[in-house]
Amino acid sequence: MTLSLDDVRRIAHLARIDVDAQAVSEVHAKLEAIFAMINELQAVDTSGVEPMSHAQDVVLPLREDKVTETDRHADYQRVAPAVEDGLYLVPRVVE
Amino acid sequence: MTALRTIAGLSARLAAREVSAVELARDTLDRIARLDPALNAFVTVDADGAMAQARAADEARAKGAAGPLAGVPIAHKDVLMTAGLKTTCGSRMLGNFVAPYDAHVVEGLKRAGTVLVGKTNMDEFAMGSSNETSAFGPVKNPWNPACVPGGSSGGSAAAVAARLVPGATGTDTGGSIRQPASLTGICGLKPTYGIASRYGLIAFASSLDTPGPFAQTAEDCALLLNAMAGHDARDSTSLDRPVEDYTRTLRAPAGAKPLGGLRIGLPKEYFGAGNDPEVAAAIEAALAEFRRLGATTVDITLPTVKLSVPVYYVIAPAEASSNLSRFDGVRYGHRAARYDDLADMYRKTRAEGFGAEVKRRILVGTYVLSHGYYDAYYLKAQKVRRLIANDFARAWGECDVIMGPTAPSPAFRFGDKTDDPVQMYLNDIFTIAANLTGAPALSMPCGFTGGGLPIGLQIQGDYFAESLILNVAHRFQQATDWHARAPAMATGA
Repeated sequence: MTLSLDDVRRIAHLARIDVDAQAVSEVHAKLEAIFAMINELQAVDTSGVEPMSHAQDVVLPLREDKVTETDRHADYQRVAPAVEDGLYLVPRVVE
Repeated sequence: MTALRTIAGLSARLAAREVSAVELARDTLDRIARLDPALNAFVTVDADGAMAQARAADEARAKGAAGPLAGVPIAHKDVLMTAGLKTTCGSRMLGNFVAPYDAHVVEGLKRAGTVLVGKTNMDEFAMGSSNETSAFGPVKNPWNPACVPGGSSGGSAAAVAARLVPGATGTDTGGSIRQPASLTGICGLKPTYGIASRYGLIAFASSLDTPGPFAQTAEDCALLLNAMAGHDARDSTSLDRPVEDYTRTLRAPAGAKPLGGLRIGLPKEYFGAGNDPEVAAAIEAALAEFRRLGATTVDITLPTVKLSVPVYYVIAPAEASSNLSRFDGVRYGHRAARYDDLADMYRKTRAEGFGAEVKRRILVGTYVLSHGYYDAYYLKAQKVRRLIANDFARAWGECDVIMGPTAPSPAFRFGDKTDDPVQMYLNDIFTIAANLTGAPALSMPCGFTGGGLPIGLQIQGDYFAESLILNVAHRFQQATDWHARAPAMATGA
């Protein structure tokens, strides 16, 4: 399968990354080359093969349902672009 | 000065009071000030922090309460969070980000008394094989400044190769420790996935990301791994296993044939026509040395391993597109100066904050996870990942370790592969499989090209075979001196 310029615009929208109009065809050319390489996988017979999502077949550990973290919101908000009264500021969404 | 400046050697001198941690820290900072402007290996140097930690290490040693790493200067790759210090991930997105806490491996090495002198340059978000994607400019290879140091942990590798620090941390998602170790002539180990916690490692591809050590010798890698490994409940994939001393097998007495009984598997897929002839010759010479040390070699095959690169370039970008969605200009990092509304703020922040390679991988990952393509790409890649793991599982019936070149070529020149991402990706053809399986692998120097560039040998093992791999490398290093060679810039020659 091949990737269209519209595909590039669609995934750029999904990824929330501005790709300006002049750059679309250059991005497209590089992605086409990458997908040509990735498409080698389509020729492999994987019928009956269990997908491998992880290096170790381990069960995710469970812990007791209790608070273990201390309140460090001031530390974490110190690196935020804009905060006020302990809240993150973003552009107005609802008028 | 001698070309070797090992952790084990410095540790012995510190213990014997021949040198103090403060003297070592001062000397290290001085070397960085003199040599790093030509290398660009460091993004941040923390002179005050280093001197304070060095004084603490000297006090601990005076009280007799210090381990072997107390007072040893190290550097961390800038993908690992260091409380109170900038952690940039080589990206404009995190250009001013000061980490609010330490990564688990940073804590471990701090507890061991190491002296952190700074943070090292890297490909942006660990995506790259040449360090050319760093927002802070590329790192130069200490053996030849016209050549790349490899990536993504190129700053750590160059810093150790140039003897700025005797050890450093890296992270390896598709070869990001081993390939730069190979291209700069040092040792780098990617441990088994789950041995060292990913807590505080800024995530690229969570099912593949693995922290590990860089040093001049396998013995030093073992010393660093002792402080980096261990269970951590804050990483749900961290394994709860008995604590291991990775230096133990290295200290065992050995005769003339220290590797007697060792079976080395040689996959025919690692010895193809695509390898640089000088690389091929150096690997053959190293194998001859291993036979002299008592090992035998056996021809094996890993038929699916050639698909490692396409599998990786589905799985890693898919996980990256998800992990990097957190960089939206709201809670940390860069925020665009001008935007129309919230959606526009996200789009402009991400367009400005990420470099071209990171954006490319996010777009690839977004596509393979998007509606209608998940089965064809992501699920398909996970199935082929299983086939690759099955190839290795079969091979371990025939051999104890697998050897071959770490990279098909020595260090290449800046700009050689920047226009062709697929050519760049193929540099990791031999390293990616160990990330897909999760098993350990090490690169160590085994020769040089006629032009004076180092060549790396990769040693792979089954899950939890770190001790075996380190011992095999250590015995080779006791019989040879490739690891002791340093670039002219480091020795002043």
